[in-house]
Amino acid sequence: MKARTGSAAPGARRGAAAPPPQPKFFALIPPNPGIDFVRLAPRMALLSTLIIVVGLVSVWTRGLNYGIDFTGGTVIEVRFAGPTSIADVRSALDHPELRSVSVQDVVGGRGNEFQVRAQQREDEASSVADVIKTALKERFGEGTFDILRVETVGPKVGRDLWRNATFAVIAATVMMGIYIAIRFDLPVGVGAAAKLLHDVLFTLGAISLAGMEFDLSTVAALLTVVGFSVNDNVIISDRIRESRKKNRRESLATLVNLSINETLSRTVINSGTVVLTTTALFVLGGPVIHSFAFALLVGFLIGTYSSIFVSTPIVLALEERRTKTTRR
Amino acid sequence: MSVGYRLLLLAGLVVAAVVVVTPTFIAAPKWWPWQQPVRLGLDLQGGTHLLYQVQIEQAIDNHVERIAREIERELRDAKIGAATVERVDRSVHVKLANRDKRSEARRLLEERFANVLETRESAAPDAPDLSMALVEREVVRIRDGVVDQALNVIRNRIDEFGVVEPTLQAQGEDQIVVQLPGIQDPQRAKDLIGRTAQLEFRLIAEGPNVGTVQAPGPGVQVLPGLADGGGRTQYLVEKRTIMTGDAVTNATPMQSTSMDGMAVNFELDGRGAKLFGDATTQNVGRRLAIILDGYVQSAPQIREPITGGSGQITGRFNFKEAQDLANVLRNGALPAPLTLQEERTVGPSLGQDSIRMGTTSFVVGSALVWLFMAIYYRGGGVITDIALLLNVLFLVGAFALGGLTLTLPGIAGLVLTVGMAVDANILILERMREELRLGKTARAAIEAGYDRAWSAILDSNVTLFLSGLIMLQFGTGPVRGFAVTMLVGILTTLVTAVFATRVMYDWLVTSRRIATVSV
Repeated sequence: MKARTGSAAPGARRGAAAPPPQPKFFALIPPNPGIDFVRLAPRMALLSTLIIVVGLVSVWTRGLNYGIDFTGGTVIEVRFAGPTSIADVRSALDHPELRSVSVQDVVGGRGNEFQVRAQQREDEASSVADVIKTALKERFGEGTFDILRVETVGPKVGRDLWRNATFAVIAATVMMGIYIAIRFDLPVGVGAAAKLLHDVLFTLGAISLAGMEFDLSTVAALLTVVGFSVNDNVIISDRIRESRKKNRRESLATLVNLSINETLSRTVINSGTVVLTTTALFVLGGPVIHSFAFALLVGFLIGTYSSIFVSTPIVLALEERRTKTTRR
Repeated sequence: MSVGYRLLLLAGLVVAAVVVVTPTFIAAPKWWPWQQPVRLGLDLQGGTHLLYQVQIEQAIDNHVERIAREIERELRDAKIGAATVERVDRSVHVKLANRDKRSEARRLLEERFANVLETRESAAPDAPDLSMALVEREVVRIRDGVVDQALNVIRNRIDEFGVVEPTLQAQGEDQIVVQLPGIQDPQRAKDLIGRTAQLEFRLIAEGPNVGTVQAPGPGVQVLPGLADGGGRTQYLVEKRTIMTGDAVTNATPMQSTSMDGMAVNFELDGRGAKLFGDATTQNVGRRLAIILDGYVQSAPQIREPITGGSGQITGRFNFKEAQDLANVLRNGALPAPLTLQEERTVGPSLGQDSIRMGTTSFVVGSALVWLFMAIYYRGGGVITDIALLLNVLFLVGAFALGGLTLTLPGIAGLVLTVGMAVDANILILERMREELRLGKTARAAIEAGYDRAWSAILDSNVTLFLSGLIMLQFGTGPVRGFAVTMLVGILTTLVTAVFATRVMYDWLVTSRRIATVSV
C-alpha cells in the first residue's frame, strides 16, 4: 500500500512549495466544455422519440424473442464432438411427438453447438427433453454429443411472469421517481421517472431489433438499468441545486447548462467504467449471459444520454411553468 | 476516530476477509480457522434444479376424504347405519339409512369432531341428512403445514437417494425448490421426488351392485391397474379404504415370490396390523387391491387371514424401481401431489465454460477499469485501485462468510460492481480536482471532496439498492443470484470506496505529511 501511494506522492510533494494557481489534470473532457445542451435538447428529444417509435414498432410487429421463462417449453443445448450441420439436427428432430421445434446456433458458443427449443405438452413436464435426447441419440449415436443444459418450464410459470415483470419495472421506475422527488423536488422526480421510462422503452426496442432473447435475466437487466441510470440525474440535479444557491440571479436554463457542462466529465467517466465492464461481459461472458449483457450495455449507454437530454429539459419545463404560475 | 484506529479497523477487515476467502482458492491447512469455500451455483458446478408446486387444495380435499372415512367407521361402530358418506368440496355429506337416528348421529359426530367440523343446516329438499364442513381454522392449519411436511418427506427420500449436498427450500406460498448438484440425468430423481406414494388397500368390489366399468355401482370406483399376466386393465374396487400407507413402518426390496421381477416387502405398525388382520379375516376368499397413487399394483386373493403385520407389493419391478418404491413407502406419502413446474439441468462442461468465461470477463473488465483509473487519476486512481481490490476481496469474503451461492449471474454482478464501485471515487476525485482548481490545499480539497460528494454517492447507492430489492422480490434463481451480488456489492463499495480510501488519504496527509495530492 505504502509503495504504491509512494510512487504518486513524491511528485506531489515537490509541487508543495509553490502550488500553481491553475493545476493541470489529465482529462478527456475539459472542466467546462461549454456545450449548449438546453438548446440541443428539443432536437435530441425528437431523435430519441423517433428511435423509440422504430423500436416499439419492431416490438409490435416482430415481437420479442421470448425465452422459455415466458413461453414455457423446453430448451436443450447440445455440443457435438465433430462438425454437424444444423440441417441434420433439424431433420433428426422431425419427430411426431415434438411440437414447434426450432434449432439454432448458440450465439457466442464454440461452434457445433445448437440450441433446440420445443413446446411443452400440457400433461408431462419432462417428456419433451427426453424425446429430443432420444431422437438425437438415434440419429447421431451415443457419445457423439454432449448435453450442455436442459431447461423445462411449465406453461403455468410463464403465465403470470409478464404481469410480474411489467409490475416490477414500473414499480422500480416509480420508486426512483419518488426517491428523487423526496431528495430534490417534484419536477426532478418526474424528470427522472420519465427518463427511466425512456431508457426502458429504448432498450426494449433495441432488444427486439437485435433479436436478442428476452427472458427473466433481461428483466433483471432492465431493473439494474433503472437503478443505475438514475445516478447521472442525481449528480446533475445535485449540481443544479448547488449552483442555484450560489447564483440566484442567473436564469435556470443557464444554470442547468452550466451544471451539465461542469459534471459532464464525471458523467461520462462514471458511465464509461460501467460500460467498460459490461462490454467485457458482453464480449467474453459467453452465451448464457449474452442477452443479459446486451440489455445492460444498451441501457447504460442510453441512460447516460437521456439524463442529459431527456430528464433535464423536462425538469426545466416543469420548473419554468411552476415559476410562471407562482408569479401570476 | 483517529487515523490510527481506522487503519487498524481496515487492516482487521482485510485479515478477516483473507482468512475466509482462502479456502475458496487453495486447499487450506487443517488448522486454518475457516474451512468453507464459496458455494458455487448449479449453473457453475453442474446439476439439476427442480421447482415443484404443492397442490395444497388437494391436500385439504384428501384430509376431508380421510375424515369422511372416519365418520363412516364411527357411525358403523355406533350401530347407526349410513347409506352414503361423501366428501363434497370441504364438507362431508351423510345420508343415513334410517332418518330417525339423525339427532343421535349428529350428537355423536359433533362430539367426536369438535373443533374440526361444524354442522351446516340446510332446508333444501335434496339436502343430505347431515352436512358437516371443515372449520376454517383447520383449513389454515393444513395449509400452513403441508409445504413443511412435503419438504420433510422429500428430504428423507433424497437423503436415501444419495446426493451430495442437496438443497431444499420452500419458496413463496406453495413452491418447493430442489437442487441436486452433480445430477445430470434427473429422471430417476424426479420419479422419486414427485411420486405421492399414497398406498391404499381396498377390496375388489363383489356382489349384485358392482355395475360395470362404464357404469360402476354405488360405492364402487374404476381404477386402472396392472393385470395379473402383465399389461394394463381396469379394476372395479370399493371406495372404502381398509388401510393406508401411514401404517407402514418399514419396506424393503425383495425377490418376488409370485411373479417375475422384484417386489417390495412392507411391515405394519400395531394398529395397521390389527386393521389388516381384521379385514383379511372377514374377507377370506375375496381379492384385495393394493393401490399406489390410484393405480392398482396387484389384486391377490386373500387365501387366509394375514395377521403377521406384513405383506408384499408385486408389480414386475426392476431392482432400482423396487429400491425407490421401498424408499418412498418407508418415508411416507406426500401430503399433497406435486407438479413439476420448472426443471433446469446444467451439464458439467457448460459449468466449466461458464466459470472460465465469467472469470475471463471479470479479469479483463477489472483490468481495464484498474488501468483507466491509474492513468486518468494518477495517485488518486491508485488509491481507488487499492480500494477496488479490497472491494472484490470483501465481496467474495461476504459470500464465503454468509454461505451465499455464487452463480454465473452472480459473477456478472461482481464484474458490474467493479464498474460501479469506482463511480463513488470518480465523484470524489472530480470534486477534489475542482477544489484544487480553486487553489485549495490538499487537505482542504480532500475534506471538501468527500463532504460534497457524499450525498450524491449515498443517493446513487440507495437507488441501486432499491432496484436490487425489487429484483429480489420479483426474481427467482438466476435473477436472485445477480441481485444478491449487487446488494452485497453496494455495501462493500460503501466500505471500500468511501471509508477505505478516506483512511488512506488521511493517513497520507497526517502521517506522511504530503501537502498536495495527485488526482
